[in-house]
Amino acid sequence: MVSVADLKPGQKGIVKDFNDEYISLKLLEMGVLPGTEIEMKFAAPLGDPICIRVTGYDLSLRLEEARTISLSEA
Amino acid sequence: MSQDTINIALVGNPNAGKTSMFNQLTGLNQKVGNFPGVTMDKVSGAFTYKGKEINVVDLPGTYSIYPRTMDERVVFDVLSDPEASDFPDVIVAILDASNLERNLLLFSQVKDLGIPTILALNMLDAANKAGLNIDISALEKEFDTKVVTINGRTGEGLDRLKKQIVSVKKQKSECFYDINSFCPGLIPIIKDRFNIDNDYVAYQYAQQTESKSYLSVEEMQFIADAKVEHNFCDRQYQTKETVDRYNLIREKLAKVVTKSDEELGRSFANKLDKVLTHKVYGYAIFLLVLFLLFQAIFSWAEPFMDLIDTTFAKLSSGVSQFLPEGILTNLIVEGIIPGLGGVVIFIPQIALLFCFIAILEESGYMARAVFLTDKIMRKFGLNGKSIVPLISGVACAIPAVMATRNIESWKDRIITIFVTPFMSCSARLPVYAILIALVVPNEYVFGFLHLQGLALMALYLVGFLGAILSALAMQKILKVNERSYFIMELPVYRWPKWNNVGTTIYSKSKTFVFEAGKVILGISVILWFLASYGVGDEFNNPDKYVQQENPELVVGSKEYEDVLVSYKLEHSFAGVMGKAIEPAIRPLGYDWKIGIALITSFAAREVFVGTIATIYSVGADAEDEATIKEKLRAEINPYTGQPMYSLALGVSLMIFYAFAMQCMSTLAVVKRETKSWKWPILQLFYMSGAAYVFAFISYQLLK
Repeated sequence: MVSVADLKPGQKGIVKDFNDEYISLKLLEMGVLPGTEIEMKFAAPLGDPICIRVTGYDLSLRLEEARTISLSEA
Repeated sequence: MSQDTINIALVGNPNAGKTSMFNQLTGLNQKVGNFPGVTMDKVSGAFTYKGKEINVVDLPGTYSIYPRTMDERVVFDVLSDPEASDFPDVIVAILDASNLERNLLLFSQVKDLGIPTILALNMLDAANKAGLNIDISALEKEFDTKVVTINGRTGEGLDRLKKQIVSVKKQKSECFYDINSFCPGLIPIIKDRFNIDNDYVAYQYAQQTESKSYLSVEEMQFIADAKVEHNFCDRQYQTKETVDRYNLIREKLAKVVTKSDEELGRSFANKLDKVLTHKVYGYAIFLLVLFLLFQAIFSWAEPFMDLIDTTFAKLSSGVSQFLPEGILTNLIVEGIIPGLGGVVIFIPQIALLFCFIAILEESGYMARAVFLTDKIMRKFGLNGKSIVPLISGVACAIPAVMATRNIESWKDRIITIFVTPFMSCSARLPVYAILIALVVPNEYVFGFLHLQGLALMALYLVGFLGAILSALAMQKILKVNERSYFIMELPVYRWPKWNNVGTTIYSKSKTFVFEAGKVILGISVILWFLASYGVGDEFNNPDKYVQQENPELVVGSKEYEDVLVSYKLEHSFAGVMGKAIEPAIRPLGYDWKIGIALITSFAAREVFVGTIATIYSVGADAEDEATIKEKLRAEINPYTGQPMYSLALGVSLMIFYAFAMQCMSTLAVVKRETKSWKWPILQLFYMSGAAYVFAFISYQLLK
């Protein structure tokens, strides 16, 4: 299963679902919905957290949280 | 709604320009109060328009009506309690036009609460620059609301907004999203029990039962029972509601927003991000920012602090000449004025620090600094957002503790507040300076490493280690039901708005002076009393004893007066206390004289130098370090016959000052920020305990 944490900078993906209900609530509010396109922008110098582009703005999150967002196979 | 006053509440996403708008509306006519039950400050203000008094409450920035942090709870609290005096007649939702979709989620939820809501559309220029064209009348139609376009930076549209506020009418508008499909049985029950006429408010009673501060235990139990009975599943409903709302919003937005050229003008921000979060440049720039911050706090603030210092000293002596001699004059001259000075002296550092922080926040850089350091800080149970308070702590723990507010996670925030005072603040510097000069040789090793400089650096390091190791320990001990996560918007880069920076400096300094100032002043007066009064013949007739013990001194001479003052201090309440604690501090190598200094240092650490000067009869005003050092060097330990200020004692004392919680101002601020005495008291015992243990170990090892 591919998650947001697996994306390389510049790669895009479509959100499929979440595997952590608590974190998904926060992510949903931030506009990360199933069906939304996500672009991995860059990672912090130590590899974590990362910055993704979602519905027109930049969102940063830790890899731990990025792993809970699974992507549909392109 | 009474005729002449209108209450409005500002809601909106973080970074949507809510604070700018609030400042534009109210100017400096703001006051800081408390929301019940949370640490969040309640910032409110007022203005008049067309003869109406309009009260504005600025609610914390949030992405949805469901609270994710303790502070966000106030949003629904304020918007759902019609009994409260500040219950809004009108809600003004500030929306960032360049990010309409996400901003509309909160708007749609707030609107469904049934309070007349105005949509204030901000940052239209940024949206246009990004290639978004927004059809305002379509927006009004699709979302069934009045839209006012505003510009929080220039104040454009302010008048239209005010006009809209006073002319808004209470009318039933159709709800945006009907939640009755979730749990149709429960909503009428809650509506009936709590006399609510809005479905969504009733539904939120069920969703947010625990966080509502004004419900009684019995009322909460009622809701909890009803929820079980009707099989209410909070999170599933919440998920479905959010997804459905977003889908509705997207559907409607398709008729409102047209994109011309996607992501135009983003290239600059992308380039900037590349540099600012780069492996090498990113950290280099971060260190440069830190360096500037230190410069500001230490160098730029110094002339102002010196000025304040001399002004208060002059004020004291001026007033003492003007007033008749007596207890009251002494209280004013030696207690109240220096106490006030002790408060005011911190203002330059606090103002500069918050100036820096406000600029970094406003420009969007702070989020990048947090992004850069999160992984490192996480290892120690902290959060990227802890970096600001820890750095600020090197200047002064007071503003540093105040700067923890933007840490959402309660646990991370408490840990940060708890460990920040370990950072070597500027008040420790005079103490370190004199002790290092006393016990560390003024020599170079290998020709270039200055021993005294190394010692000072080591002390800063000790403080930093104390902070992060305590954080590590607390992370293990502290049990909270709050899962911490790090999901943070990286806002677009913007030029800071100076008006906002100025308002921040003003309101933070004001809060500090009035909140912390009260306690600092109070304890200063108590300490003055302890050091100036005593019982017994020795205190009341010191001349007799001093003349007996020092027959060679000429009565009335400078030396005589110094010895007299020292003798009085020895027999004052503070002196008695110093002697009383001597058995406890002897294992650390201290005598009662140092004991007195430890007690008076509780007002502020730098008082150590002045007290030591008084005890060794240097004359309290003679802050001549050379004289103090000479006196200290000549002091003989009565038990060993060796010099009192040996390396062992010096190190023990420095370690003690590095760790001990001897700053009542910090304790006062921690109490204010955590809204409980629990944390400051724990901090006092934990830090002072650590100070005692480590001072003991270092003295016994080096003795």
